[in-house]
Amino acid sequence: MQSSLLYSGTNWDFSILRRSYDAIERIALDELELEVYPNRIEIITSEQMLDVYTAHGMPLTYRHWSYGKRFLQHEASYRQGFSSLAYEVVINSNPCISYLMEENTATMQALVIAHAAFGHNHFFRNNHLFRQWTDASAVLDYLEFARSYIAACEDRHGTSAVERVLDAAHALSSSGVHRHDGARPLNLKADQKRERERREHDERMFNDLWRTVPGTRPSLDTDHIGERRRLLGLPEENLLYFIEKASPRLQPWEREVIRIVRLISQYFYPQPQVKLMNEGCATWVHQRIMTRLHETGQIDDAAFLEVLHATTNVITQPGFDHPAGSGGFNPYALGYAMMSDIERVCVNPTEEDRNWFPDIAGNGDPTGTLRHAWANFRDESFVLQYLSPAVMRRFRMFRLLDDTTAPTLLVDAIHDDAGYREIRRSLSRAYDPAESDPDIQVVDVDLAGDRRLMLQHRTRLGRLLAERDAQATLAHAAALWGYEVKLEEIDSATEVVLATHTARAPAHR
Amino acid sequence: MDIIDRRPNPHGKNLENRQRVLARARAALKQAARAAIDKGTLREVGHDQAVVIPADSLHEPSFHKVFTSGKREFVLSGNREFSVGDKIPRPPGGKAGGGDGSGAGQDGGEGEDAFRFVLTRDEFLDLFFEDLELPDLTKNQILATETVVPVRTGISADGAPSQIDMARTMRLSMARRIGLRRPKSAEVLALEAEITALEESGDQPERLAELRAELALIQRRLARVPWIDPVDLRYRRYAASPKPSARAAVFCLMDVSGSMSEHMKDLAKRFFLLLHVFLERRYKRVELVFIRHTETAEEVDEQTFFTDPRTGGTVVSTALAELVRIQRERYPQDSWNIYAAQASDGDNYSTDTQHAVSILEKDILPVVQHFAYIEVAASGAVIHGETDLWRGYKLLSERAPRLAMRRVADRRDIFPVFRDLFGRKMAAG
Repeated sequence: MQSSLLYSGTNWDFSILRRSYDAIERIALDELELEVYPNRIEIITSEQMLDVYTAHGMPLTYRHWSYGKRFLQHEASYRQGFSSLAYEVVINSNPCISYLMEENTATMQALVIAHAAFGHNHFFRNNHLFRQWTDASAVLDYLEFARSYIAACEDRHGTSAVERVLDAAHALSSSGVHRHDGARPLNLKADQKRERERREHDERMFNDLWRTVPGTRPSLDTDHIGERRRLLGLPEENLLYFIEKASPRLQPWEREVIRIVRLISQYFYPQPQVKLMNEGCATWVHQRIMTRLHETGQIDDAAFLEVLHATTNVITQPGFDHPAGSGGFNPYALGYAMMSDIERVCVNPTEEDRNWFPDIAGNGDPTGTLRHAWANFRDESFVLQYLSPAVMRRFRMFRLLDDTTAPTLLVDAIHDDAGYREIRRSLSRAYDPAESDPDIQVVDVDLAGDRRLMLQHRTRLGRLLAERDAQATLAHAAALWGYEVKLEEIDSATEVVLATHTARAPAHR
Repeated sequence: MDIIDRRPNPHGKNLENRQRVLARARAALKQAARAAIDKGTLREVGHDQAVVIPADSLHEPSFHKVFTSGKREFVLSGNREFSVGDKIPRPPGGKAGGGDGSGAGQDGGEGEDAFRFVLTRDEFLDLFFEDLELPDLTKNQILATETVVPVRTGISADGAPSQIDMARTMRLSMARRIGLRRPKSAEVLALEAEITALEESGDQPERLAELRAELALIQRRLARVPWIDPVDLRYRRYAASPKPSARAAVFCLMDVSGSMSEHMKDLAKRFFLLLHVFLERRYKRVELVFIRHTETAEEVDEQTFFTDPRTGGTVVSTALAELVRIQRERYPQDSWNIYAAQASDGDNYSTDTQHAVSILEKDILPVVQHFAYIEVAASGAVIHGETDLWRGYKLLSERAPRLAMRRVADRRDIFPVFRDLFGRKMAAG
């Protein structure tokens, strides 16, 4: 066991970074048995960190005003001291890129390496959502392609024409992901070629279809609608996909631009679903590694106190009525608490834990149990499976029922025997994207008439789309589709139409 | 594991995106920039000042659900005193943030109602002075030759090492190497390999000797013909060339007699500042001359000009005479672009007006690019009858296009009047 200090004081240099990395790597791989992509660590300045923020943590992006907007927002709040910058940003790619700020102290650099380069990295590599939906080895190439392709389009067709398409595609990007097609790993590179071939094929098919429309219709039988919907692959929940394939008015380059937005949106699709676990995993890993470094005498007490200070800051959970709190749960706090709790249950279970978690309580293998959880769950199922009464008590959780017909909010469950399961189920639901993302599908195209695109939002009363935004977004959809677009909001239980929005395509494109 | 130091990478990766935002929000920003001017002084405002625009102009819409009625439940932390069945009054303004739990990426969509920008001084002034042009640019060609800049003047055979023209040097070097048949290193390696092979195998001794002789010859030649010879070197040549740079002198004339109130002086000050900043963007060098007058005129510094109170009567011609004197002394017409702006409440000794108008016509208007007369009035004053000075100038302005005159009564009029004076149409006319 190595006993000499890796560094002392706060200053770092590249040899300290390398020594720290090697020591951390030994613990991560040998003791925690993490499995990571090769690491690349990049040192950046605060301005560059703002750049990274701007692009949602992508190392490079195409040019668009919305990134400039984000940059200005972050810059303004950073300059005024409203917010400090993250210590690191990590990219789900192979090699896994971690950005470290130059202002960090030596201890913070070590902590951040443990957090990002091992914690997040392990999670990216092993969690089933990332494995299904993203291809880490292709993403950097694809982003590079996207940037140069869009730049080429701007040169050829003009910035404003490209911007129109991008604006519209961005507005629809949250409805531009495949949500239920997870069996196929998203291999962006191979996908690109195959999709292009398929698109050419589809375009040919589609032209034929349009040409037959105004003339005599050979069959007016009842199955006509079904047949048409089958040909168009309807219903389709991925709006951008459908528009890209089937819009009668788009130029080929416009389809490609939509496709770029769609694929990037798909790449980010898993991230919000596992934020709690991802941060919890990274925080638990860094805390564990830094503790081990201290135990083995590789960092001194001063450094370890700094670690404790930093971790404590990160895992603060303000109460619901605290002015600093947003009311929700801090993913770092809850994630870290749950990971630590699983560790406790595995090693040192109480009677209650044995009842709640008979399969893992006292199994003596906390790291193996955690690795299993990190690989096979997402936030929603993770909370449902592992949120223990101990954690609920520690966070003093309670549930409120908000019934708009009642004048007050009702506390209908607290952290007691009667409430544990209720609270756990509700909290799990809050992490389910199906709860918050609107379910919008393309249901039909009026081929025989005015080529109107029909969308449907299946929801229930009191949960309609925000009116003004829905209208603006629909206008973007109409611009891409080229003809009128109609969106009906339907009660999924009774099939009653609750609201209707329509948008016409702009007259001149 | 690799560690890469990205800090030396080029900065300003987002400059282009930033400019696109500004272009997109241009109309809103222009409004905001002008509103900002009303609050502070121009010089201060220009420096990294934040402007606030409505978020509408940069809104990115998306489909998202909002909860309006029915039932929902959410889990919160930090329970201190609640037990099951307790009823809590609704917090004012809805349950912010807690609504859909923290799991979903919440879209702040309609929540933000304002957007803060920090503009650089240049961006700010660009917006501010958009569409404004200098009147009478004819004299812009009159330039002072004071700066000297290096200009490329071809290639030379000697110079400083930092000025080596690599491409040209290597081209010459290659031509020389080919011309003198300098052996290539590949040939040498091949020869050496062949010799080694023969040495090891031991056959063909006469061929070996031949090869060795050849190698020796090649190596001698290699030593004689250098890779780069001093005769190959070429340098970029620069010659110092005088570069004309346009410059302007601005005369600010203000009546500081007792009849001018603080408010009036403030109006005048704003106008002068606008003029100064505007001209600063067009000319490399702008010199300001401040002349104040009561019944006598004197040149003063900026501080005194705007702050030092004076009282007394008003003789406008003294200021004009002072302007003429200073201009002849320090700013010869053939090397300066001269602008003048005069602010006054219009009072003058009636006998003096004729004199002032004649100085203006004979001595000033022929030498200046533009002469702006601003008549300031007390705040909220109903436009009173034409003052003595106004009537005098009015007649003159009908035959002299370089004289422009406007009335200003309120702070918010300053900018419209300024635009009016310097709008593009003036340049065309």
